[in-house]
Amino acid sequence: MRIILAAAAVVMLAALAFAAPWLQFVLTLAIAKGFAALGVAVLLRAGLISIGHAMFFAASAYGAAFLARAGINDLGLLLILSVLVSALIGAIAGSFLVRYRAIFFAMLNLAVSMVFYALCAKLYGVTGGTDGLPVPIPAVFGTVFAEPVFKSILFYLSLTLMVLVGLAVHRYLDSPLGHALSAVHSNEIRLEYLGIPVWAVLLIAYTISAALAGLGGAIAGFAIGRVVPDFAFWTASGHLVLIAVLGGIGGVPGAFIGALFLELLHSAAVTVTDAWNLFVGITLIVVIMFMPQGIYGLFERKEAQSS
Amino acid sequence: MSRPILEAKNLRVAFNGVKAADGASIAIHDGEFLAIIGPNGSGKTTLLNICTGYIRPISGSVLLDGNDITRMSPRAIARRGVARAFQIPQLFSAQRVIDNMMLALAAKDGLWSAIRPLETAERRDEAKALLELVGLDGDADRISSTLPEGHRKLLDIAVALALKPRLLLLDEPTSGVSALERFPLMEALMSALRQRRITALFVEHDMDVVARYASRVLVWNAGNIMAEGRPDEVFGNAQVRERVVGVA
Repeated sequence: MRIILAAAAVVMLAALAFAAPWLQFVLTLAIAKGFAALGVAVLLRAGLISIGHAMFFAASAYGAAFLARAGINDLGLLLILSVLVSALIGAIAGSFLVRYRAIFFAMLNLAVSMVFYALCAKLYGVTGGTDGLPVPIPAVFGTVFAEPVFKSILFYLSLTLMVLVGLAVHRYLDSPLGHALSAVHSNEIRLEYLGIPVWAVLLIAYTISAALAGLGGAIAGFAIGRVVPDFAFWTASGHLVLIAVLGGIGGVPGAFIGALFLELLHSAAVTVTDAWNLFVGITLIVVIMFMPQGIYGLFERKEAQSS
Repeated sequence: MSRPILEAKNLRVAFNGVKAADGASIAIHDGEFLAIIGPNGSGKTTLLNICTGYIRPISGSVLLDGNDITRMSPRAIARRGVARAFQIPQLFSAQRVIDNMMLALAAKDGLWSAIRPLETAERRDEAKALLELVGLDGDADRISSTLPEGHRKLLDIAVALALKPRLLLLDEPTSGVSALERFPLMEALMSALRQRRITALFVEHDMDVVARYASRVLVWNAGNIMAEGRPDEVFGNAQVRERVVGVA
């Protein structure tokens, strides 16, 4: 049932973007943020809240810009390399961050990401300062397409990656390593006494979550065509946590559901009022109060009731 | 006597001046079922904490198969075949009973296989068999936090057994277990230990359990060994009867 619903949702998104091409940008951005929120959701399974994951989102987008400037012009290669950049930064930062828990983990992530933000904003000669850097349209299998065509290709590629990467993350969360990650939240002492290295379990999760945020960042960079320090600002990190909570951390689709919901709500609300944050705030209050498992939790509850 | 699996030599530990171990030494040999009894607060659990790397002694050493493990982490000691069940059950409360078991089984043989799911038919059968052993097979799909305390205790023991240890340390295995379930549990436990050739050290307050199942008893009092021997010898000791059995 769950697979049929997920497949129907993907087909619907593809059809929606085909019927209304102007929606492709919004949907691509939503999927990009969904990847980053999925990274946050992975850590939330262990009870760790990162208010700094926008750093990896930005790092990857900057990576794509730098690599393009260095002459690498292939979309696939740029995506892979920029994800590797964010995974590497995640592994380095994670090696000391995963030693902390609760508020200390959240605040240290925030602090590190703000250092990164400040460097992006101040190192004008390298990063272009607050003007940021352009992320040029890369070639796809050796062909450079016009912008509208490239944006379509990027959307359908993002949609495909959402399915493939989503399945891979689902597999990881269902593996012993993924269950050990959830067990960190329950009982670290028992994990240690099972001979499981908690630090390694968390470092792997942190690196995966950074790579996911990086994938989102690279896609966002290509979609927008520019990367600016604001990608890494703390409000962007908070936004990712909001998406993860809104969508629900019970399953992989939650992050994408949250991102799509929020992006579409945002797009609709800005046409009505400047105070679109009011809508987002009220929605979040409703979700936290009445749907503690997030929007995805509703599907899970329905499925549990029907089985 | 066979070679000792675990030796603790000249242990000294104190908390705020109160001595939990004061130069005591113990050894447990292959195939033994060693019971440690003593008054509350005498340092019995501390001894288990030292032997599993949770606490480091001020001085003294712990040897496993002759190798020094005094400074090792609980994780490293667990990987060398020492499992522990706790006085207060240490479970993954938000997860199902069967998941607690399967994670323990995976920890032993395949945690790093990120491709295979945790739940395989083989692992589920093995987990079910262990749950059946402790009488929890009917609770396999329950969330472990919803189990009554006695059943949580049984699950904690089953999780420790799932690690296929050579040495099992049990901290009050029958506390929290109802009087009716106590002896059936111990029978099942003893049978599992014999079948799997597991040596065990257990801290216990129930003297009937100790008298019936221990192959050797060690009386721990104020960080020292007050008496040691077969259960009949120890319970025949007037000092033990007066100072420990009467208050235990």
